[in-house]
Amino acid sequence: MRDLITVVGLNHKTAPVEVREKLSFQESQLSDSFSLLKQLQGVKESAILSTCNRVEVYTVFKSDTSNTEDILTFLSEFHQVPVETFKDCIYALSDAHAIRHIFRVASSLDSMVVGEPQILGQFKDAYGLATQNKATGLILNRLFHKAFSVAKRVRTETRIANSAVSISFAAVELAKKIFDDLSACRVLLIGAGEMCELAAKHFINAGIYEIYITNRTFNRAIALAEDFGGQAVPFTDYAALFEKVDIILTSTGATEPIVTADVVAAAMKKRKNRPMFFIDIAVPRDVEEKVNDLANVYLYDIDDLKEVVTANQQEREKEARKAEAIIDEEVAQFLHWLDNLEVVPTIKQLRDHAEAIRQAELQKTLGKLKNLSEKDKQAIERLTQAIVNKLLHGPSVMLKQTEQNGAGSAVVETIRKMFNLD
Amino acid sequence: MYLYITILALALYAIGMTLAFVYVASPKPHYLKWIGKILLIGFIFHTFTFLLRYYQAGRFPITNLHESLTFFAWGLTLFLLILHYKYKGISVLFSFATPIVVLFLLLSLSVPTGLFPLAPILKSIWLPIHVILAFLGDAIFALTFCISIMYLIQEHRIKKKKIGKMTSLLPSLTLLDQLNYRLLTIGFPLLTLGIITGSIWAEYAWGSYWSWDPKETWSLITWLVYAALLHQRLTVGWRGKKAAWVAIIGFGLILFTFLGVNLLLSGLHSYGRWS
Repeated sequence: MRDLITVVGLNHKTAPVEVREKLSFQESQLSDSFSLLKQLQGVKESAILSTCNRVEVYTVFKSDTSNTEDILTFLSEFHQVPVETFKDCIYALSDAHAIRHIFRVASSLDSMVVGEPQILGQFKDAYGLATQNKATGLILNRLFHKAFSVAKRVRTETRIANSAVSISFAAVELAKKIFDDLSACRVLLIGAGEMCELAAKHFINAGIYEIYITNRTFNRAIALAEDFGGQAVPFTDYAALFEKVDIILTSTGATEPIVTADVVAAAMKKRKNRPMFFIDIAVPRDVEEKVNDLANVYLYDIDDLKEVVTANQQEREKEARKAEAIIDEEVAQFLHWLDNLEVVPTIKQLRDHAEAIRQAELQKTLGKLKNLSEKDKQAIERLTQAIVNKLLHGPSVMLKQTEQNGAGSAVVETIRKMFNLD
Repeated sequence: MYLYITILALALYAIGMTLAFVYVASPKPHYLKWIGKILLIGFIFHTFTFLLRYYQAGRFPITNLHESLTFFAWGLTLFLLILHYKYKGISVLFSFATPIVVLFLLLSLSVPTGLFPLAPILKSIWLPIHVILAFLGDAIFALTFCISIMYLIQEHRIKKKKIGKMTSLLPSLTLLDQLNYRLLTIGFPLLTLGIITGSIWAEYAWGSYWSWDPKETWSLITWLVYAALLHQRLTVGWRGKKAAWVAIIGFGLILFTFLGVNLLLSGLHSYGRWS
């Protein structure tokens, strides 16, 4: 049996944010977590990925000792949360399933916004922190590096990253098709709400020039402005900003449209027709539908954006299939490498390798020495066998010993490299 | 020899055009690099044809309809390549502009291509200046025509909320509009100077700066349309769809001035006739 790679974790699909919050790890807690994990029975290597959307513990168990229940207990004890409260949200995967899962996470196929680029950075950070704490070893090192290259392959060989999936992502992509360079764009956020704030965050990440925030409750605007590094504007004054802002996100609780076509038309004149992009996330809507009829003004409400997302979704599904094929291929390769780490096949291969060399050299020499008697030939044959056996004795014993004490993989890897067995 | 090299350039342009169509069907970024390289090689051969013509004829090589058509195609390719190497993300323009290059080069080969002696009246230093300025201006406006069409497609898509493959393929509205404006500020002076040098030359040749022959009249109409566009852009901030439509109409007028006048109306510029 080979060592077992396992993933125990939960993500945005399996667990609500309240549960994820409770189980997430701070960077400062990691050093303690890793020493606790190391003490678990059979754990050889470990790493922890903790983002706002997922918490995952990666471990390599000594063969035959894998016990994911221990990891659950560890999570529960470490965060002082009863196991029952999160047990149903947990997925525990091992071996090929675990490897596939890790590759999918790194390639952003398992993300809330599939194809979003941040996860790879978070994944690299998680690996960096695990190595700093000396928690990873041969197998996880190799697995993480492989995951980085798989993510890169998926990024370059499929267009998964190109297609917008989430609504706010779609809004940013659309803005790029209108304005080209978002770093020159000013954004105005009218009202608040989770969706609207998420969209604003996406725009900020895309590198907009400036953000203004307005809200009926001015304090709320000030708080958000602080969060976003923007400027708060009194609710009575925001229309004056239409002259200079390019992208407007609205999500107020108003029952009637608060942005009328007349106001926008007047602003367009002052703007010398520089384009404006309204994103109306409110239901009922905040922006008059007629606004979209004005030249150089584009209005998308929540339904329009949803439609954009579903159109992209089809494109994305096609690309996702391509990505899954890449991952299948890489998982198979990794399993192959893992198989080869095993002791017994390595000893056999080592012997076969030596035997092949012995035979070849023997034939060469015997071919030259034509006048040897049969007895002499047998003596030479025995001589070569003895040399090979004596030479291989050391490595073979070492391999067998390490198999028993469970630290085989590194030795196997070294010996395979030394004798060029791969 | 001259014809063979012209056909070779045409063949390279046609390959570039085909690849540009393939790019629209399956957009792989490295295709654009290839198209650029193929067009560049075609362009080098094309450039060589003018040198050869100059050597063979012993005169300035852009005097008749064949020569002006091929020079127009040359100018268009020149600016297309400049845009390709200068601006990121605009290269899908290949798919819109290469058909015009190929069409005009084909057209140039379908009219008499022989070396005709130059009418004595046309011999003047103002001839090359006038012709080069006018046709380079025309080539610029051909590009604004293509970019305007791209703009209208993209605008329509975004306005009507039909987001898809085409939207991601085409550049952003702002980039297209800015490029149109920038090209207008280059094309318009060329056109203006082309008309001025033309009238100076007319004074030399026919003894009158302006004689209202159809080509002159239509050039003036074209000039007025572009002048109005430039004026509106600068003062009231005309842009986007309106500006794109005017650029398309402007290029329609250029085509009529260039070809239609020769075909349909007669006048002093009759040396540009079809046969």
